[in-house]
Amino acid sequence: MLLSGAKIIVECLLEQGVDTVFGFPGGQIIDTYDALYAYRGRIRHILTSHEQGAAHAADGYARVSGKVGVVIATSGPGATNLVTGLATAFMDSVPMVAITGNVSSGLLGKDSFQEVDIFGITMPITKHNFIVRRVEELADTMRRAFRIAASGRPGPVLVDVLKDVQQAQCEFEPRQPEPILPETEKITEADIDVAVRMIEESKRPVIFAGGGVIRAGASPELYRFAARLGAPVSLSLMGLGAYPAGKRQYMGMLGMHGTRTSATAVSQADLLIVCGARFSDRVIMNANTFAKQLRILHLDIDAAEINKNIISYASVCGDVKVSLAMLTERCGLHHHGEWLAQVADWKAHEPRPAHSGKLTPQALIDTVRAAVPDDTIIATDVGQHQMWVAQRYPFQYPRTLCTSGGLGTMGYGMGAAIGAQSAFPKRRVVLFTGDGSFHMNLNELATAVTYRLPIVIVVMNNGVLGMVRQWQKILYNGRYSETTLHRQTDYVRLAEAFGATGLVVSRRDELARLIPEAVNLGRTVVIDARISKDENVLPMVAPGRSYNDQILSIDKQGGIL
Amino acid sequence: MTGKRYVYSALVENRPGVLSRVSGLFTRRGYNIDSLTVAETENPAYSRMTIALHSDENTAVQIRRQLEKLIDVISIAELTPNQSVTREHVLIKIAADADSRMAVISLTNIFRANIIDVSPQNMIIELTGDTTKTEAFIEVVRPFGILQAVRSGISGLERGVQIQNPSKV
Repeated sequence: MLLSGAKIIVECLLEQGVDTVFGFPGGQIIDTYDALYAYRGRIRHILTSHEQGAAHAADGYARVSGKVGVVIATSGPGATNLVTGLATAFMDSVPMVAITGNVSSGLLGKDSFQEVDIFGITMPITKHNFIVRRVEELADTMRRAFRIAASGRPGPVLVDVLKDVQQAQCEFEPRQPEPILPETEKITEADIDVAVRMIEESKRPVIFAGGGVIRAGASPELYRFAARLGAPVSLSLMGLGAYPAGKRQYMGMLGMHGTRTSATAVSQADLLIVCGARFSDRVIMNANTFAKQLRILHLDIDAAEINKNIISYASVCGDVKVSLAMLTERCGLHHHGEWLAQVADWKAHEPRPAHSGKLTPQALIDTVRAAVPDDTIIATDVGQHQMWVAQRYPFQYPRTLCTSGGLGTMGYGMGAAIGAQSAFPKRRVVLFTGDGSFHMNLNELATAVTYRLPIVIVVMNNGVLGMVRQWQKILYNGRYSETTLHRQTDYVRLAEAFGATGLVVSRRDELARLIPEAVNLGRTVVIDARISKDENVLPMVAPGRSYNDQILSIDKQGGIL
Repeated sequence: MTGKRYVYSALVENRPGVLSRVSGLFTRRGYNIDSLTVAETENPAYSRMTIALHSDENTAVQIRRQLEKLIDVISIAELTPNQSVTREHVLIKIAADADSRMAVISLTNIFRANIIDVSPQNMIIELTGDTTKTEAFIEVVRPFGILQAVRSGISGLERGVQIQNPSKV
């Protein structure tokens, strides 16, 4: 059938099974929006306040559903507003397709109105990108974009479509997308043999799993592997939910703000099995001192991650779901009773925040957890609140956390929560944010209210940019440069102005009543939770230091105890 | 330049942006590049790049893997000195008047280079060879005064039957 480029774009979305897209219209993408109007019964478009919110929403949608998230924006500023969202998705390997309009071919390269080289701009922050100059190439480019986004190590792909390409007509034949198979061609018998031997020789193994396990849908395989090996498990921030918190073998997060148990176990183990994690600097802290005494076995789909930041003893390169299943099948059943008893002892002595009558971040998180179902999706912004949630919230299932791990994007959470709630209208979505992060993209409150998304927004309000302030306290002699906010924002009136509900929690004894009430309102609600600005995220390993120097407590003056 | 010299031959899609992708990768990750040449192959759908660099072994492997990750890169082969031939083309404008002209001509002949332009004050010489030869020639003519020089960067192919063909889809 003869279709316009704009309709071909929408037909390709339908071909890929897309039912929800996020975006914001504009002059150079107006034809595609015209096509969306024609197909409005079949594709739902969520209009955000700002393209950045739409990009984060597509990201959140993808993280929780496992499907490719789609965001649409116009040329120029519409396209540049996607940049932070694309970089966020790229750093965390989130499958996304961004479609941007651009000026017509006759105007391209002439510094035309709202023209920007988004193809050039997004080259280093996308897995791949395209500029479509001929309508005949459009359908196959769209199909390739989806395939690239979802296959192998996932990532965002941008397709920039000139306005005259959207308007031109061309023959289009719908085509069923081919299934994406797990990448296994680089998994060799020899690599598996070495891996099995390392595991069999180990007396004190530790499993460390990251976001790759979640992307690969490999949580069941990870669980069986850990059970077979009788090994304790740590997770990276991106891996939270890949292994159920609360299990005996679970040691918590490993990293700058990871548990003492994870840090100690890694420093005492003889084998570290890294599954779908990339040795971020926030995990290794110091490449010269990280886990020097042990052997590393690295399982990852991306060959370029192997030996990038840390040299491993051996590796298996391929889909971690397949690698884990193969290793589980080949390895004997192990108990490591003494080692697990040692880990249990460390866990029993894990430093915990002191109980106080105050409204602590931990009390807040615990109360929210108690008030929501098990399959609740948590979104966070970036900063202290993000780390408190990562440390405290007992994630049970994969794809229940949306957080910007690699890029650390403040302002990510509001869009991500909208995307998550759009993917699963019946599940509860809670956004934990800070007053700093929330101010970055609170415009998306309008979106949540418009689409009746009952997102519970918990603003951990301490009046400061807490994480930077914590660094200033410890590392910069208490010189609090520009981290005290002095803002007069009235969150209740702010929420009401957007058509949401707002409430204030300032005392601990109000939690048990107010939190369940807010959660059960069934509408967008903003909770202004007043916490102390002196709360710290602990434990902490200062940048560039090693796990031996883990900071466990800090006095009021920033002295390390 | 520290470390060993590595030469990679990359078969890439002949598409807009592919050179940016490769050069951008080097800039972004802080890899140093000695030279990069690129042109269409016998099949206009593909280009071949020859990338020469100095690095330690681990970084060289990392660079290769990062290049292989690029969607437009079809395959990468390492061109080792024993298993491959590499050539570079150089144009040099040398100060050469009536007194020194004969000396320059004689060096040109020794190196099997060609004189392609002569004027009363200078001459332009072209030379093709591997990097050792081109650098040796540059050194011997330097005393006469090199007014301008342009080097193509090396391009290379594997010897014998190894053929790098598009296989990745």
